Amino acid sequence: MKLQTGTRLGLYAVLELARDPERTLSAADLAERFGVSSHHLAKVLRTLATAGLVRGGRGATGGYRFTGNRRRTTLMDIVALFEPAPGQRAKEPGEDTDIGSALQRVLMEIDEIAEATLRSISLETMLKSKRSLATLGMTL
Amino acid sequence: MVSIRPAQAFDLPAISALDRRLTGSDKPQYWQDMLGPDRHFLVAETDKGALAGFIAGEIRAWEFGQPAAGWVFAIQIDPRLRLHGVGTQLFEALVERFKAKGVTRVRTLVDRKDHLILSFFRAQGMVAGPSLQLDKDLS
Repeated sequence: MKLQTGTRLGLYAVLELARDPERTLSAADLAERFGVSSHHLAKVLRTLATAGLVRGGRGATGGYRFTGNRRRTTLMDIVALFEPAPGQRAKEPGEDTDIGSALQRVLMEIDEIAEATLRSISLETMLKSKRSLATLGMTL
Repeated sequence: MVSIRPAQAFDLPAISALDRRLTGSDKPQYWQDMLGPDRHFLVAETDKGALAGFIAGEIRAWEFGQPAAGWVFAIQIDPRLRLHGVGTQLFEALVERFKAKGVTRVRTLVDRKDHLILSFFRAQGMVAGPSLQLDKDLS
């Protein structure tokens, strides 16, 4: 499954901040940690702030902290902020043909499974499995 | 605080009633069959003796070509007692029974639109298994 860059950055930022809700990190701190553009990350953080998942970020060096609920927020909640909903994407050429609609049914089946998976994993579950990986000396 | 013990025949009315309330379907014979010798059927009981929840499963070998694994057939928790770890205690107790019988995997099937139960099993460390369930409408 391919996620847009903004979606991936949103997941990185939320999970990193949710590891320790008391800690504040700037867009630059987070960008450096994941080796990505701080300009792009600042835009992503604004979207997350509008959704109430993070707070802060005044000025270039302002820190952000996690303000959501780790047990109630799922990976799908983050993905849905950045990816178009399946029913809202633009129609592709050829979709109205019999082959196009048969292919569309297969792609929708894949989307449904992907959505169910993302919706079933809370930030808490994700961070817990990350901790168990860390104790085995592995990295995500 | 709840205690976990094997289900007994006298638990069946409360088990059936809880399941009927949560699923809308009445299947007393199904729960009766879960008391069979090869089944693992556990209840969680409050300190006042009320039913807090139950879990049912079985070890099955070579179903769908797969080596022996413990299967979780059903789990239900009284909604008033959720978010207190009752489901986790039931799941862990069932897993211990499976492990004592020598199996090293636990499996279940979940409706992919049932986000609550999917999240519960994910929180127990379960991930997508090796099989894909396929289905066809025969009507």
